[in-house]
Amino acid sequence: MDNNLIYLDNAATSWPKPEEVYRTMENFMRHIGANPGRSGHRLSIEAGRVVYEAREIIAQLFNLDDPLRVIFTKNATEALNLTVRGILRPGDHVITSTMEHNSVMRPLRALEDQGVEITTVNCSAEGFLDPQDVGKTIKSKTRLIILNHASNVVGTLVPVAEIGAIARRHNVIFCVDAAQTAGAFPIDIKVMNIDLLAFSGHKLLFGPPGTGGLCVAKGVEDVLKPLMRGGTGSRSESEHQPSFLPDKYESGTPNTVGLAGLAAGVKFILSQGIANLRPREENLTRRIIEEIQTIPKVTLYGSGDPRQQVAVVSFNIAGLSSSEVALQLDEDYNIMCRPGLQCAPLAHKTLGTFPLGTVRISPGYFTTEDNIKTFLEAIAKIASKAK
Amino acid sequence: MSFNEEPEKNYRVALFYSVSGALRAEKLLKAENVAFKLIPVPRHLSSDCGICVRFETKEESRVKKVLIESNLDIQGICPL
Repeated sequence: MDNNLIYLDNAATSWPKPEEVYRTMENFMRHIGANPGRSGHRLSIEAGRVVYEAREIIAQLFNLDDPLRVIFTKNATEALNLTVRGILRPGDHVITSTMEHNSVMRPLRALEDQGVEITTVNCSAEGFLDPQDVGKTIKSKTRLIILNHASNVVGTLVPVAEIGAIARRHNVIFCVDAAQTAGAFPIDIKVMNIDLLAFSGHKLLFGPPGTGGLCVAKGVEDVLKPLMRGGTGSRSESEHQPSFLPDKYESGTPNTVGLAGLAAGVKFILSQGIANLRPREENLTRRIIEEIQTIPKVTLYGSGDPRQQVAVVSFNIAGLSSSEVALQLDEDYNIMCRPGLQCAPLAHKTLGTFPLGTVRISPGYFTTEDNIKTFLEAIAKIASKAK
Repeated sequence: MSFNEEPEKNYRVALFYSVSGALRAEKLLKAENVAFKLIPVPRHLSSDCGICVRFETKEESRVKKVLIESNLDIQGICPL
């Protein structure tokens, strides 16, 4: 790794990863490698154990009693597609917000033509969602409420526990997109009344790309159709998909080496403790928010309050496009960030930054105070030269 | 002798719906120090291509207790 490089794009994919993640993945590829559990020989069983351990540690992280209710997918997007396409039928009503990522909006929009009615609850220009506004839109045919836990553009947190209680009261299925919070913010499926929790493995859980999943609360599987069907290593005599978990939703050979890495990443988080990680992240975010606002020509978006958001900060410099700023950061300062719309056009419309977008920076576990200092100095220099 | 059975011993197998279920059972039984072995599902019992848990018949009540207490669904327990 280039020591001078400053990686501030952890909201897209975290990097670097803890050493254990690299070691575990290499060990799996060299010494285990087989198809998990299908064949019954010792390497196959060992590969199966690796995948099972990953389920167990994810279940522990989100307070899910039964590890077999952790369904692995290739990313949070697949988990969200499984939810939307698996739950909604023609005539159903679904509630979401104006701060969502396209991983929610596109699967929903695709169902509009098939008679699914969508309500997008308005969020404030800082990204805040009022739970009462969600409650007000529930009607008799409302089947699903699907919301992100934190915005991928500005990091603003959604009060999921309050909304979960409302959903439970009205007997509506509640799905949370935890792509930006899983690993960084405590999530308790039971306390928050979450029915379906979609998570990304390669962001704050420190797994490799190609890992993610969906936690399915008890009973939800009765109304959730699978997205894909195929071989599961179980019920091989039948040409029909099994109804038990996780096999109902997991067909074909899984990303075993990826899941080995994901388990190592989650173990790392649990060994540190989310309660200990969160203050560090909040401090880095506070410093960025407080100092970047003092730089002339810089406009900050979002809550402006590190306690109400994850470590994702969006801003613009007057006179420069977000992509110009990102290019200068990369080429002149070795700083990696993400410009543009971050796959969330509706969120940018809510923030008033559509269609030009913002410069998004997202520090991570390995980001130092020094890195942030260098970044802020770079922004001051870039802004001073902007016309 | 198949599946490394010791001739004087009497075995049973617990069959699970999924490989993940069998592996969950493995962890639960290990934690309770129950003696068992994971083996491929015998063809005469099921056409599944997965694995099952083999144990001595005298351990049956302990095996059942562990599985029931954890709410792990099993397909059944049968003599080997």
